[in-house]
Amino acid sequence: MQNPLFGNDTMGTVMQATADETGGIRVLEVEDLHTIFDTEDGVVRAVDGLSFVLRQGRTLGLVGESGSGKSVANLSILRLVPQPPGRIVSGRIRFGGMDLLALPESKMRAIRGKRISMIFQDPMTSLNPYLRVGRQLTEVLEQHERMGRSAARARAIDMLARVGIPEPAVRFDGYPHEMSGGMRQRVMIAMALLCKPEILIADEPTTALDVTVQAQILDLMRDLRQEYGTAVVLITHDLGIVAGTADEVAVMYAGRIVEQAPTAELFANPRHPYTLALLRSLPRLTGERDRLVPIPGRPPRLIDPASGCPFVPRCAHAQDVCRREYPAGRNVGPAHDVHCWVDVTG
Amino acid sequence: MQTSAVEAERGTSLWRDAWRRLRRNRMAVVSGSFLLLLGVVTLLAPVLPGMSDPELQNLELGATSPSFAHPFGTDILGRDLLARVAHGGRISILVGLVATLVSFAVGVGYGAAAGYFGGRVDNWMMRFVDVLYSLPYMFLVILLMVYFSRSIVMLFVALGLVQWLTMARIVRGQVLSIKQNEYVEAARSMGTGHFAIIFRHVVPNTLGPIIVYATLTVPAVMLQEAFLSFLGLGVQPPQASWGTLVNDGARVIAFFPWLSLFPGLALALTLFCLNFLGDGLRDALDPHLRHD
Repeated sequence: MQNPLFGNDTMGTVMQATADETGGIRVLEVEDLHTIFDTEDGVVRAVDGLSFVLRQGRTLGLVGESGSGKSVANLSILRLVPQPPGRIVSGRIRFGGMDLLALPESKMRAIRGKRISMIFQDPMTSLNPYLRVGRQLTEVLEQHERMGRSAARARAIDMLARVGIPEPAVRFDGYPHEMSGGMRQRVMIAMALLCKPEILIADEPTTALDVTVQAQILDLMRDLRQEYGTAVVLITHDLGIVAGTADEVAVMYAGRIVEQAPTAELFANPRHPYTLALLRSLPRLTGERDRLVPIPGRPPRLIDPASGCPFVPRCAHAQDVCRREYPAGRNVGPAHDVHCWVDVTG
Repeated sequence: MQTSAVEAERGTSLWRDAWRRLRRNRMAVVSGSFLLLLGVVTLLAPVLPGMSDPELQNLELGATSPSFAHPFGTDILGRDLLARVAHGGRISILVGLVATLVSFAVGVGYGAAAGYFGGRVDNWMMRFVDVLYSLPYMFLVILLMVYFSRSIVMLFVALGLVQWLTMARIVRGQVLSIKQNEYVEAARSMGTGHFAIIFRHVVPNTLGPIIVYATLTVPAVMLQEAFLSFLGLGVQPPQASWGTLVNDGARVIAFFPWLSLFPGLALALTLFCLNFLGDGLRDALDPHLRHD
């Protein structure tokens, strides 16, 4: 899907030129997204100035602690943030020559599940227990492709087979509760890919699964991504998953991306204190065994955040300037951007 | 979860599961069978021998106690009480069913919409229900019956209009919790419209409690109809319901007790059975008991 406005033509500024060293057509551009929640305690700034670019056929890993805003960011892309109490206050989400935030709801509905689809964390609860598995798949096809019953059935069964479900025709007529968690996640993936979307948002797709099943699901997602050329946003708190799956990694903290780089670069050369701390808190199988270092403190409250960098209270390198002002992005390597005043190296 | 090969072929639905549990509940099965029998008898009453004409008078015979020819006895005008009870049952059951259906249709739609859209919509919709709730509903029904024609249709409307309030509240509560489920969000993320989500994904999941409440509404409505008829505001002669029959008999209860006894017994038994069936359905459909 070539985009005449925001597609390949990005040679304008230096920043974009650097970013384009990773190549690829931009399918999604999120710019300065702000999503807030009105609560009784005040306004929670769940997503606070988020920007990123997703390229065709690539996987972007979105990493962060719970509460860092990664799920809300992606619900915002599909405009599924519950409203009220949630509200997208500003920003732009460019997709297919449109700004998704400016689309009427009916147009948005035509995009959901057809051009951008989503996989959720818990496969045990993402399927309707009262409907046959097949019905939930054909519903999507009837909705978006105006397919007849039998054509939809054939396509759905074919899709079930592709995601590795044995006896797909039998499973088509079965109910979700007859399946294991891994199988259900496969069904969810099948459902998400039925209309061959340009973008797949996977919100912690393997968190609720056994480790062995996790690997299978990740393999499956990688294969299907290659087959369909779908761009993937992989939301996770697990750096291990990111290392094996993503082309690029964006580390989120307090609703913003603090560091973004190609995966290998980020692991080899982390430049933000938070990324460093995250990597140090991970156990390794090879090399020297150091003690694991937990990150002190807790994620910040997102209600009325102080000006400056939200990581300051937990940061070993904090300086005065950090408390005053949030740092702009700095380019520290090929396609490697970091938001930090201090020059830290691992 | 063990399923035989045959069953697994089409999948064991939660409904089939519930049906299996219901069948194991003896009270519910007995009640259900009785209601089925009652339904068939009252439905076929016009063509059954001996009870085809509830208005056939035999003034010479007058009121007689139960006998072989007239199992329930006859009333003062010599009309066969069995025939009258059977035909009265048609009216009583019809009122119960139709009023429940009215409340079902209105309540489910209203409650589901309020619960699903939530926020301000929900607030306004439910305050309206609260206002109606606060009115003395029997008074309302009586007013309606007095003001408009005392036709049986009016009775359906009046009773149904009162009953849907509780139904709406129940459905709204259910929907509020069900819409939090991830599969509702998943359906939204797939671009499914509000209408389809409400009626394909949300309402079917609330059907358990709704069905239970509906089975308990039928007897409640029947009782109210009997009450209204007893007051002379319900079914008008020559039509008769169980309520009017009891009323007629009550005037002469000192002399001909069977005239109240039999329709009263029919009413009581039916109400019992509906309640037992409702209880059985609740047990069968309650997801928290779904661990066998």
